[in-house]
Amino acid sequence: MPVMLELKDLIASVGDDEPKTILNGLSLNVPFGEVHAIMGPNGAGKSTLSYVLTGRHGYDVLSGKALLDGDDLLEMDPEARAAAGLFLSFQYPVEIPGVPVMTFVRTAMNAQRAVRGEPEISAPDFIKQARLVANELKLTPDMLMRPLNVGFSGGEKKRLEIFQMRMLEPRFAILDETDSGLDIDALRTVAEGVNVLRDEKRGMLVITHYQRLLDYIKPDKVHVLSAGRIITSGGPELALRLEKEGYDGIVGEAA
Amino acid sequence: MADDLRVKDSIDKDTVAAAKALESDNYEAGFSTDIETEFAPQGLSPDTVRFISSKKEEPEWLLEWRLKAYERWLTMEEPDWAMVQYDPVKYQDIHYYAAPKAGAKYDSIDDVPEEILETYKKLGIPLREAEVLLGVEGAAETAAAARETPRVAVDAVFDSVSVATTFREELKQAGVIFMSISEAVHEHPELVKKYLGSVVPQSDNFFATLNSAVFSDGTFVYVPPGVRCPMELSTYFRMNAENTGQFERTLIVADKGAYVSYLEGCTAPMRDENQLHAAVVELVALDDAEIKYSTVQNWWPGDENGKGGIYNFVTKRGDCRGVRSKISWTQVETGSAVTWKYPSCVLRGDDSVGEFYSIAVTNGRQMADTGTKMIHLGQRTRSRIISKGISAGRSDNTYRGLVSIHGKAEQARNFTQCDSLLIGGDCGAHTVPYVENRCADAQLEHEATTTKLSEDQLFYVRQRGIGEEEAVALLVNGFVRDVLQHLPMEFAVEAQSLLKVSLEGSVG
Ligand SMILES: Nc1ncnc2c1ncn2[C@@H]1O[C@H](COP(=O)(O)OP(=O)(O)O)[C@@H](O)[C@H]1O
Ligand SMILES: [Mg+2]
Repeated sequence: MPVMLELKDLIASVGDDEPKTILNGLSLNVPFGEVHAIMGPNGAGKSTLSYVLTGRHGYDVLSGKALLDGDDLLEMDPEARAAAGLFLSFQYPVEIPGVPVMTFVRTAMNAQRAVRGEPEISAPDFIKQARLVANELKLTPDMLMRPLNVGFSGGEKKRLEIFQMRMLEPRFAILDETDSGLDIDALRTVAEGVNVLRDEKRGMLVITHYQRLLDYIKPDKVHVLSAGRIITSGGPELALRLEKEGYDGIVGEAA
Repeated sequence: MADDLRVKDSIDKDTVAAAKALESDNYEAGFSTDIETEFAPQGLSPDTVRFISSKKEEPEWLLEWRLKAYERWLTMEEPDWAMVQYDPVKYQDIHYYAAPKAGAKYDSIDDVPEEILETYKKLGIPLREAEVLLGVEGAAETAAAARETPRVAVDAVFDSVSVATTFREELKQAGVIFMSISEAVHEHPELVKKYLGSVVPQSDNFFATLNSAVFSDGTFVYVPPGVRCPMELSTYFRMNAENTGQFERTLIVADKGAYVSYLEGCTAPMRDENQLHAAVVELVALDDAEIKYSTVQNWWPGDENGKGGIYNFVTKRGDCRGVRSKISWTQVETGSAVTWKYPSCVLRGDDSVGEFYSIAVTNGRQMADTGTKMIHLGQRTRSRIISKGISAGRSDNTYRGLVSIHGKAEQARNFTQCDSLLIGGDCGAHTVPYVENRCADAQLEHEATTTKLSEDQLFYVRQRGIGEEEAVALLVNGFVRDVLQHLPMEFAVEAQSLLKVSLEGSVG
């Protein structure tokens, strides 16, 4: 399969006043149709990678490249990257007071469609699709009328991230610790929601600490990120090994 | 109790830079119509007052009333306590009256000069009935969309003279009187005489007194006992003639058990000279009556240096004169160089209710000092204040509120919530709530918050594919949602787009 996401020698820093280099020459390829997991200790730069790819202000790429289906992500505004099909399920979803989930998602869908030159989704179609997806994710219609992420529990927020992902149907999704804070039932629900989007035209990066999620979202590859670089990669068995031996052993071995 | 807030630290440098570069050509309504105008002689004197009164063929009592106000005004001093600064108004350079030359009255809308209709068209104001009846695009997902699109009757004020009134026939059938106040002086003198100045007395304040002397025109509404006005009533104000002070006078009376919803919208063309606007709005609600008064105000705020905008000094007051009466003020303020405005309610009748819902946006170098006064006189009177201030650019936005509970207002209640949103680091938000309480069992609640539009929120929204300007608009609309919900549907849609236009370029 051809490469969908291509990251080459990414060096990136964080912070406006005293920039600190976090990514130290990160390279990674995700072919079309594959799901790759990224594991690594706290502070390794996993969330930084997700922000660099989505174009967050304050995360500066000093060198290297990041291409999505051949398009240079680093040239685009965050909204353009989203319209190109890049989606981030945030580790810490942000509260949007006064904007109901439904309004938010519909605005986002139509904004993306406008950029792609597609017509707006009709209200009935939107509502139908939203009901269906919400139902699968065990979100009630009442929840969808509430302001986004305001007053929702940690687990509900993560399900709302997946709800947005399902509605927006991105080509490439990055899930940043979507499993943390989920009980086992919620984990299964979320994983099922994610698996629906797996097909040969899409790709995914699943950032996680725990092998547990990977029982439900089976990765094609597992990469270990430490100190801003991929230090080792392997198949799903690498995640099992990490679970048993901890990061220290593997990080030490690779060093 | 008063907390004065000023936040100076920034979100980031780009934001500040973008706010500084804010351009004033965002203002879409800045053009003027070329029609002949008949002016009063420049300046203010008893002759000016007589000129205005005779132009309008007013009865003697009204001329006397005006002259008395003029005498009073000469003894008054301009207030300077509001937290706004502006160049002194040159009262002798103002034309106190301007009427379109072709004649002040039109029998039908077809007689209105084409230029005037064009002006309204450019502003997107639906004057003709057919257009007025047009529905509004709305989000079908909200329950509100299921509501039937209400009809609106428009009384258009072009500069000072009311040029067209629609729907009058149907309103007449319902017994509702809806006309310009100068017509009402002739057709319903007993009502005008009874209520004019009964809420805002001639001597109330500097600007109201000036208005009493020289008011040119405005709207008069009377809803008879037990009548629910069959449609929303609406006036669009638009200043056009150069150097014309605007002195509208609005009087709305809801008799016992009556209900009326009134919409006021304003937009003015670009001017080099600062224009003075000193309107007076009086509302009277008798027993069990209810008046909803909604305003969307979009006057020109001036260029990026604050030069040339409208000075808006308006006195708006509602009198809940009867028992169980209710008056709600809802306002969206986005324009003007300087705004000084405190729509208030006098809760005289027992069990009467006053409400104030406000959104005030300042950008560029605008200054706004707005708020409300709730005066509790009757027993078990209740008031509710929700104020949302949004400051961007180098603007200053002040909420100043007074809740006054008098000795006889047993079991009075007030709830006040003031929220400020700051966009960028060069703007200011100030909250100044005053409370006077002479009643031991009054219940008063006050909540205040100040938040900054955060980078986190902006990025989250943009990550979903929503462009920066739209992201700001979405977040701002979320911030003001509690207030928007109180606007009639079509006004809420208009208000949303206004908010967006007025905040364009405020982040970068
Ligand atoms: N805005 C920031 N300013 C300074 N340092 C930051 C900032 N964001 C993250 N970091 C630092 O970058 C490193 C990587 O963080 P992060 O990418 O969140 O790690 P992970 O997600 O792998 O736990 C950490 O040492 C963290 O403290
Ligand atoms: Mg992280």
